[in-house]
Amino acid sequence: MRPEQQGVEVAVLVSVGRHPITGRARRADQDARGLELALGLERQLPGSRVSLLHAGPRGEESEAALRGYLGMGLESLTLLEQAEGSDAIPALAEHLAAAPPQLVITGARAERGEGSGLLPYALAERLGWPLVNGLAAVEKVENGVATLLQALPRGQRRRLKVRLPAIVSVDGAAPVARQSAFGPARRAELEATSVPAEPDRELAEWRLAPARKRPKRLKIVKAASARDRFKAAAAKAEGGSGQVLEGVSAEQGAEAILKLLKEEGVLR
Amino acid sequence: MLETLLPILIFAALGLAVIGAWRRVRLWRQGRPSAVPLLKGLAAMPRRYLVDLHHVVGRDKVMSNTHVATAGGFVAAAVLMILVHGLGLAQGVLGWLLLAASATMFVGSLFVARRRRNPPARLSKGPWMRLPKSLMAFSLSVFAITLPAVGLLPADFGHWLLALLLAAVVVWGLGEMVFGMTWGGPMKHAFAGALHLAFHRRAERFGEGNRSTGLKALDLDDEAAPLGVEKPADFTWNQLLGFDACVQCGRCEAVCPAFAAGQPLNPKKLIQDMVVGLAGGSDANYAGSPYPGKPVGEHHGTPHGPIVAREGKALVDAETLWSCTTCRACVEECPMMIEHVDAIVDMRRHLTLERGQTPNKGAEVLDNLIATDNPGGFDPGARLHWAADLNLPLMADVKQAEVLLWLGDGAFDMRNQRTLRALVKVLRAAEVEFAVLGNEERDSGDVARRLGDEATFQSLAKRNIATLAQYRFQRIVTCDPHSFHVLGNEYGELGGQYEVRHHSTFIAELFEAGRLAFAPWKGGNVTYHDPCYLGRYNGEYEAPRNVLKALGIEVKEMERSGFRSRCCGGGGGAPITDIPGERRIPDMRMNDVKETGAELVAVGCPQCTAMLEGVVDATAEVRDIAELVADALVARPAAGATHRPQAEEVI
Ligand code: SF4
Ligand code: SF4
Repeated sequence: MRPEQQGVEVAVLVSVGRHPITGRARRADQDARGLELALGLERQLPGSRVSLLHAGPRGEESEAALRGYLGMGLESLTLLEQAEGSDAIPALAEHLAAAPPQLVITGARAERGEGSGLLPYALAERLGWPLVNGLAAVEKVENGVATLLQALPRGQRRRLKVRLPAIVSVDGAAPVARQSAFGPARRAELEATSVPAEPDRELAEWRLAPARKRPKRLKIVKAASARDRFKAAAAKAEGGSGQVLEGVSAEQGAEAILKLLKEEGVLR
Repeated sequence: MLETLLPILIFAALGLAVIGAWRRVRLWRQGRPSAVPLLKGLAAMPRRYLVDLHHVVGRDKVMSNTHVATAGGFVAAAVLMILVHGLGLAQGVLGWLLLAASATMFVGSLFVARRRRNPPARLSKGPWMRLPKSLMAFSLSVFAITLPAVGLLPADFGHWLLALLLAAVVVWGLGEMVFGMTWGGPMKHAFAGALHLAFHRRAERFGEGNRSTGLKALDLDDEAAPLGVEKPADFTWNQLLGFDACVQCGRCEAVCPAFAAGQPLNPKKLIQDMVVGLAGGSDANYAGSPYPGKPVGEHHGTPHGPIVAREGKALVDAETLWSCTTCRACVEECPMMIEHVDAIVDMRRHLTLERGQTPNKGAEVLDNLIATDNPGGFDPGARLHWAADLNLPLMADVKQAEVLLWLGDGAFDMRNQRTLRALVKVLRAAEVEFAVLGNEERDSGDVARRLGDEATFQSLAKRNIATLAQYRFQRIVTCDPHSFHVLGNEYGELGGQYEVRHHSTFIAELFEAGRLAFAPWKGGNVTYHDPCYLGRYNGEYEAPRNVLKALGIEVKEMERSGFRSRCCGGGGGAPITDIPGERRIPDMRMNDVKETGAELVAVGCPQCTAMLEGVVDATAEVRDIAELVADALVARPAAGATHRPQAEEVI
């Protein structure tokens, strides 16, 4: 007997992105990949429904960026309208809890604002749902359990089974987003509802400065031949002095991490 | 017996033809509205036919004379036949005139038959092969039935069997020439062609030296207007009429670079597919060369069905539309004045704007244009890095200048930066007062528009127009024919009117005015490649050749040069959509260069430079005209005795 494959309700959380060179608003790359994954799922599992959700202020620039997602072939987007600088997490959590979808897909990290990548975790915590990051593909959904393929570094993949509802986040390993078309983007609807804004107090206190490039550890390669150089270049970056702590208490673990950060000059 | 039969036959054929015409007109009217002055068009039609159309047909002298004899003979014979045999006005000179007309037509049809003996591959076969016989049937039978009418033969000449036979031939002739004209036979081209000339969507292209090459803008403010063409009925009615006028002569096919490269495009087949679409049916009856690699008979369409299927096959495959380089060679050659490029871009607009299906690198290029205002995704603030040491005057500082130097996206390309530097050197040598927009300049929108993204084109164009409106200048000079075309011919509709010059034109003027002097040419043989967007789009064939002449270079022309120049393969976003073929277009062009024995090919376009320089094992070097001029610069006559242009002596 074929196990039952039924359609799923998927909500894709999308944000207003920022082009890395010009800083113009656009559909964010990871979120768009998340939507692409969802649209692929819709094809794969007939009867699935994909909805788009965004929390934030409504403005000309952000609307154009959000329509970039709609141009991928959706008819509407739910906009939880908030004042600039509000915390999106409570609004999103409340909306999702009110009518829970089975799967929530989001990009791993926003392109503007904090960009801390914490949103999926914070949402998962609030909703009490499992979270899988670095999603590469959804293989199947059967009887409320999804089989997922998670991307690991260097092209490795790990197959996971997750009970739904769940939150998954995608990064560059997910399929590239399809082209956004002008016509559908223009016709689609933004269904805005205002939600009570909780000002993000913490963020208001932060001092924001342009990011600096992180220093990179140089690999010192002592190679005599081209073959050695190639091997060294292709080898995994190994710290060498790494250690595996097992069976230690949380404090001991934290100590070790702190010590390493001090050694590396990350903390002073 | 014939006297009673003939009027019946003639008026029956005419009646059926009128019904056929009405049905055909209804097919065209499925298209969207397009405002053209009907009466004025009809009045202008004879002139458009005799002058403009025959200007194109006249490139093939034999065919032109054949057509004059056959068509002229037919029109005269048909009118006279109605008078003589239909209304019985055989007395006097009319009958003799009818004899002369049908004889002329017969001579013409002999030439048609001769061409059909070993027809070149570009000609369609099928029903077209019987056309010479039908022409003969018509002309001979009309001649024969007129002999008794003028008294050359007794009225009761011959046996009734002969009369019956003659009547049968008359029926055949009338069937093909009158009935077939409106019911879809080969003679349809005369009926549709005449109306197409009268109601052409680009009336401004007719008349000596006139051209109309800019794409027409989509109305993006009207949300109900379709974005491009999805189904045949989305074309305007006069575009549909235009497709129906095609004579399947295949001149377009013979010059199409994509067809020659084995890419899945044949402009003739494309137009025929549109005819299939407007009437509904399959392409199985098409009797010409297919799209390379695509067998005939697998595609079908309806007036209200999609042209490109979302899945599977419909009328045309998307890759056919994306193979076109928009070189306009087909439009230039088409004796029926059909606008292939308009149609192709209309269909591309739908694919890009409604379906988001721009193939290969298309989506990425369009995203870059939206986010960074240039197709390569470069930092827009880096547009002037190549000129860091040149101290170019910026419009933002000087506010006005005689010449605004438009750089184009070649500013980001290391090869084209050499051309730009050469051009700056030339302008400085001639003491031209010029300035650049610098980082305020954006892509002109050429590629976006030809990839069908009208929205991005209009966004770029409007912002460029707003920037240009802040400054005062007399003319724009650019070394990029694509920018030249878009700024000069396509911004007007959006509110930007400029006088634009290609750098070759401007350099030729500077030389004429004695502001430049050159050392004599010492290099080898040189040929010149006409860029499509300079030549066919803007009619500038002379200036680049004049500049080369001024340099002391005698151009060894390629077989295909001037208005017949073969595209380099770089236009219309073709390198971006990159549809595979059997050969590469630039390789074929470099082969043309090789055949002249030239060691250097002079070009005037960054795209051509890139495409032709990308050819491996090329036999010739590729240099822009600006580079050749910059290398040859010497101090002006005041300092020495270099040859003086004659223009100065006259003044
Ligand atoms: S489109 Fe024009 S050039 Fe091409 S076959 Fe038809 S009539 Fe001839
Ligand atoms: S514009 Fe050029 S490439 Fe396109 S169909 Fe015409 S001849 Fe072929």
